Amino acid sequence: MIHQDSRTLLEVRGLRAVVNGIEILKGIDLTVRSGEVHAIMGTNGSGKSTFAKVLAGHSAYEVTGGSVIFEGHNLFDLKPEERARAGVFLAFQYPIEIPGVANSHFLRLAYNTVQEQRGQDELDPLEFDDFVREKMKLLEMNPDFLDRGVNEGFSGGEKKRNEILQMALLEPRVAILDETDSGLDIDALRIVTNGVNQLSTKDNAIILVTHYQRMLNYIVPDFVHVMHAGRIIKTGGKELALELETRGYDWVSAEQRAVAGA
Amino acid sequence: MSAVLQNLVNQPYKHGFVTEIESDIAPKGLNEDIIKLISTKKNEPAWMLDFRLQAYQHWLTMEEPKWPNVKYPKIDFQAISYYAAPKSKKKLNSMDEVDPELLRTFEKLGVPMHERAALAGVAVDVIFDSVSVATTYKQKLAEVGIIFCSISEAIQMHPELVRQYLGTVVPVGDNYYAALNSAVFTDGTFCFIPKGVKCPMDLSTYFRINTEESGQFERTLIVGEEGSSVSYLEGCTAPKFDTNQLHAAVVELVALDNADIKYSTVQNWYAGDENGLGGIYNFVTKRGLAKGVNSRISWTQVETGSAITWKYPSCILRGDNSVGEFYSVAVTNHYQQADTGTKMVHIGKNTRSTIVSKGISAGHSNNSYRGLVRIAPTAAGARNYSQCDSMLIGDKCGANTFPYIQVRNQEAKVEHEASTSKIGEDQLFYFAQRGIGSEEAVSMIINGFCKDVFQQLPMEFAVEATKLLGFKLEGSVG
Repeated sequence: MIHQDSRTLLEVRGLRAVVNGIEILKGIDLTVRSGEVHAIMGTNGSGKSTFAKVLAGHSAYEVTGGSVIFEGHNLFDLKPEERARAGVFLAFQYPIEIPGVANSHFLRLAYNTVQEQRGQDELDPLEFDDFVREKMKLLEMNPDFLDRGVNEGFSGGEKKRNEILQMALLEPRVAILDETDSGLDIDALRIVTNGVNQLSTKDNAIILVTHYQRMLNYIVPDFVHVMHAGRIIKTGGKELALELETRGYDWVSAEQRAVAGA
Repeated sequence: MSAVLQNLVNQPYKHGFVTEIESDIAPKGLNEDIIKLISTKKNEPAWMLDFRLQAYQHWLTMEEPKWPNVKYPKIDFQAISYYAAPKSKKKLNSMDEVDPELLRTFEKLGVPMHERAALAGVAVDVIFDSVSVATTYKQKLAEVGIIFCSISEAIQMHPELVRQYLGTVVPVGDNYYAALNSAVFTDGTFCFIPKGVKCPMDLSTYFRINTEESGQFERTLIVGEEGSSVSYLEGCTAPKFDTNQLHAAVVELVALDNADIKYSTVQNWYAGDENGLGGIYNFVTKRGLAKGVNSRISWTQVETGSAITWKYPSCILRGDNSVGEFYSVAVTNHYQQADTGTKMVHIGKNTRSTIVSKGISAGHSNNSYRGLVRIAPTAAGARNYSQCDSMLIGDKCGANTFPYIQVRNQEAKVEHEASTSKIGEDQLFYFAQRGIGSEEAVSMIINGFCKDVFQQLPMEFAVEATKLLGFKLEGSVG
């Protein structure tokens, strides 16, 4: 929701990044304010997921130009774990499995690490158990998730729910959801998006990275950005997503080429 | 491999220091005179000397095994001193009488024994360079008829028991290193649990190698009579040296009808520096004989140290319905080499065995699992389940699995599973994205990987083992 007294959370200017010597991001500009929901759409290979990983600090990507200011600080001064503790959250497209590590243990460690950073109380296992069970209701998760290994043998939908559960626990300032809708059936999509909506406040912001308009029926974006060849080439309101759904992406890049040629 | 991973594995050995206690060292070299000297020094009966000389004769005819997947320069067995004993040989009645320098060593190792003994109720038979200097809780154990003492003492005080069982599981000519050990072992532990007695506490021995270039030849014999049970813990750590130290221990376990012996090891001997220089050569023969019906032998090991590990704790399942178990975590880093595994030999009917092996390789190390499951024609209804998992950290290390399976009974059921995984950037990134740094992430991944084995360890040991793995792999991930 766009509102009057919002603050700038994330300011991306001319961001460039390479992986394996190939430039993927070629100058991205994006401003995200508190309370806003942004959708970043685009075809495969347009650089959407790379953008998400660069913001979170994946070591395989090298930033070669531009800047990102997160709440007044240079984001690239922070290590990945410091970004997470400062409130940058990435819901993974493909969450990894960690066999033998109980989900409850992992979730509590992540939670307490962030709490410590914020100067707030850490929770012991019993306190945390009560706390996390409450959050799990939001995502209609079975409590036996806590005893299973982290993502171990989880279905695609279960993994995505587990990601959003972590978002609920860590209460980030900026949450980037990388194709959280992929691999979800209709019911799971409803549950996950409902969870995200409840976590959206006037103090945080959400960036949805997606191929499809489908998810935007549930989480209504304030801005829709179209990404193509490592740049954001068009920005509009939620109606842009519907237009993309009916017309595809080609017309946007054609339009952009026309503008560039003019 | 990123810098963080590198740093994690490259921490210096934390237990590297030498305690200055005067040692009484035999001249270098091995011959019958040296063996006689050892036997005389230890005031042994004639049958013991015969045992040693017989072993020595076998050894002379044998060759060092060449089949392990490890490389090291040829050992000059004549350049080793086979006997070293602290000069203060006075028998001690309490911890107060122990050399304060020795106590300080234990402090440095984080093994405050008196506290440990008192708080945990663990009886610790301290082995310090071959001679026992303190034994605690012996009194309490004696009340229920348990004998827990050094093997030298047992040879003096309970010769008939030692003579009855010594060398019955690992014969004097069993293999090159076992023969060597049988000829020259200087001390070790003897434990006897009489009929029907459940040992009221975990028994524990801390080994420590201290004299430079003194080979260590420990001998352990544990006998569980009918219906008895015992849990035995062995933990090791050693000071830092540049020259390689040979260690060739022999451990024999005998379980009679319905007896249960659980043997747990956490091994952290000096592994050499980050360039692979120095470090202990650990050539160990460990074998348990499940002799009686319904008996059970269980090995749990956490191997983190030594430049070279050559070790196959095994079970001979002779009694009908007997059970053998092997749970192992072997960690190698830098230039460490490990060739370790187990043998499960099924002879009795309906014998069952379980093998769970977790190998973790980092740095330039090489980690091999080698295991044999043999089902004899007599072992109708025998079952085995083996699981061998390897984890690689970085791209310069190696992991191998060599399973040997010989089945000669059609009713037997043998299962083998294996997997290989790798800690990579993506795992660490996932943790980092949740605020968790790489050291903690690696520790968590590893502990998750080893969970099935750690669960088998006694509580205190499990905590120690978890920390130890963290130390060993610090700096390896990045």
